[in-house]
Amino acid sequence: MLEAHDLAGRRGHAELFAGVGFRLAPGEAIVVTGPNGTGKTTLLRMLAGLSAPAAGEIRLNGKSIAPFSPELRSSVAYAGHLPALKDELTAEENLTSLVHLAGAKATEPSLRAALDAVALGRKRTLPARVLSAGQRRRIGLARLAVLRRPVWVLDEPVTALDSAGVDLLARLVHEHLDRGGVAVLATHQSLGLEPGRVQSLVLGG
Amino acid sequence: MALNWTRFASPASFYPLAGTMIPWFGWGAAVLTAIGLWLGFAVAPTDFQQGEVYRIIFIHVPSAWMSMFLYVVMAFWGALLLGFNTRLSGMMAQAIAPTGALMTFVALWTGALWGRPTWGTYWAWDARMTSELILLFLYFGIIALRQAIGEPRRADRACAVLSLVGVVNIPIIYYSVKWWNTLHQGASVKATGASMETTMLAGMLVMSFAFWFYAIAVVLVRVRAIMLERERGAAWVAGLPEVNR
Amino acid sequence: MTMAATVPAVVEAASGADQDGALAGLRWAVTRDLRLAMRSRAELGVQLLFYVIVVALFPLSMTPERNLLATMGPGVLWVAALLASLLSLPRLFASDHADGTLEQIALSPYPLEALIAGKVLAHWLTTGLPVALLAPLLALQYYLDGESVAILVAGLLLGTPILSLLGAVGAALTLGLRGGGGSLLALLILPLYVPVLIFGAGAVDSVRAGLGATANLSLLGAGLALALVGTPFAAAAAVRIALD
Repeated sequence: MLEAHDLAGRRGHAELFAGVGFRLAPGEAIVVTGPNGTGKTTLLRMLAGLSAPAAGEIRLNGKSIAPFSPELRSSVAYAGHLPALKDELTAEENLTSLVHLAGAKATEPSLRAALDAVALGRKRTLPARVLSAGQRRRIGLARLAVLRRPVWVLDEPVTALDSAGVDLLARLVHEHLDRGGVAVLATHQSLGLEPGRVQSLVLGG
Repeated sequence: MALNWTRFASPASFYPLAGTMIPWFGWGAAVLTAIGLWLGFAVAPTDFQQGEVYRIIFIHVPSAWMSMFLYVVMAFWGALLLGFNTRLSGMMAQAIAPTGALMTFVALWTGALWGRPTWGTYWAWDARMTSELILLFLYFGIIALRQAIGEPRRADRACAVLSLVGVVNIPIIYYSVKWWNTLHQGASVKATGASMETTMLAGMLVMSFAFWFYAIAVVLVRVRAIMLERERGAAWVAGLPEVNR
Repeated sequence: MTMAATVPAVVEAASGADQDGALAGLRWAVTRDLRLAMRSRAELGVQLLFYVIVVALFPLSMTPERNLLATMGPGVLWVAALLASLLSLPRLFASDHADGTLEQIALSPYPLEALIAGKVLAHWLTTGLPVALLAPLLALQYYLDGESVAILVAGLLLGTPILSLLGAVGAALTLGLRGGGGSLLALLILPLYVPVLIFGAGAVDSVRAGLGATANLSLLGAGLALALVGTPFAAAAAVRIALD
């Protein structure tokens, strides 16, 4: 479903990586690891469609795609380093806003259920400013869960999550793969995914 | 012409081509300047209204034309960059901006020097002068933006967007004397014919070509320097004689 | 604290690329930015206060001779409106850029141009519009007559949106740059804004001189139309360039 061919990434004059390629069929995931500064974020941003690769090609469902292409924008759910939350909005308002931004119609009960599912039910009317880093991350997880996009690109998703949060993330990824989605994760933490459906990509090696 | 232009789109092939072009345009500019100045200062008759002072138009008008023309060319290279993403387009746009700014500055200065004896003031806020001043600030803005953005690729593209947004100013400058009745005389050089003395016209046209050749030569020199700086890791740069000295 | 196994899905819209998508995107951006602005009301108040103070500075700094003030008034009010707007422009994208929302906005199925247009509309509603509406009150200090004030406000209503639109392009181009916020942004958009200033203040001048203001105001209107059509695309391109 998602393929990368011969990708090269550059920052300024320095070449970060070259010749990166992989192929993900529905239900498969790839975990990207490597030391700091080897371009994991750069690679994930390319796959999310935010920046153009210095070389190589990305294909979604067989079709070659460019940054910001409409297919990418409706198929990919990207979670970067920053949780994309507005301090002044409540947890519920943030989730609603992000879900609407993604072009989805969401009913209030379904969003409340999502927040309940990530254990933020009682905190949903609190402004994001007063939530802990882990709680803010969990709003992002709720967003991933409700949007049901086929492609997940997650950059360091376990940041700030406690062990319950990591379990939740692992469960969400499992369910996502079971539904036939694909996932690209940059993380050092094992999420307990079955070896058969996970590929590994090491940068800077 | 069956010439394959895209062959020269890579810096590696354009570098030597530019190198051979520079002396032609440089010497051409020098010769044309000599002829133009001779026509303008020795041959053309004294203007019955303004006396000798009017002769500054042989520098003022060509530089003003070049200031507008260079901006449009720079915006054109910017459009090419955004459309086709070739490295050379960004480098050419970067090379043009300083020369364009210089031409604008010369036009404003010579205009002020001409204005003092003619209208009694170094500066008046008439439409054309104001829009030419705006043009200078547009050039400065593009140069400042490029300096502020360190990364060359982002700088190229940001400056391309900015120059395209500002290109709307060029028709305003050009047509401002027609739209507003201001101090500047109406355009005296029209496509169908001219309403000024033939030798004056000849002098101005020769000087215009002189400035144009000068601009081409300087821009090519600058773009070669930019290429060396930006492509310094590339193999073709390492093989150049001037680099291996 | 148990966590449920599955989360119910939401209905996703078909595609955001059509006209409905553009309007929906615009609406999303306007409502969100207005809500955020209302939650930071103090900031908006400070901006308007700045405008009021700058306008009051000029009569204080010179002999408040009636004719002199009436001549200067339109220009001062226009420049002050410009300065007040410039203060708030960096914030158009900076907050979203800092918390990662801008990336999500750029990745939205809605057209980025529409989302940006929505942000610009919200910006104008919270900066340009109050400035234009406050102008008659402040014009009292400059002894401008009723007709002049009406033309002044009409011009500001046409010109302040242009400033917000051009400002969006400038803010997007200077996103995340170190010195970028204030001075570079101003350097980039002031040359483009000068014609607006000239026609806006000029409209009041021509009314005071007995000539009509129609020419100046129509040119402002044309400028606004041009800006409405062109700047969202330029700003969207600039945002994508900055995120690359």
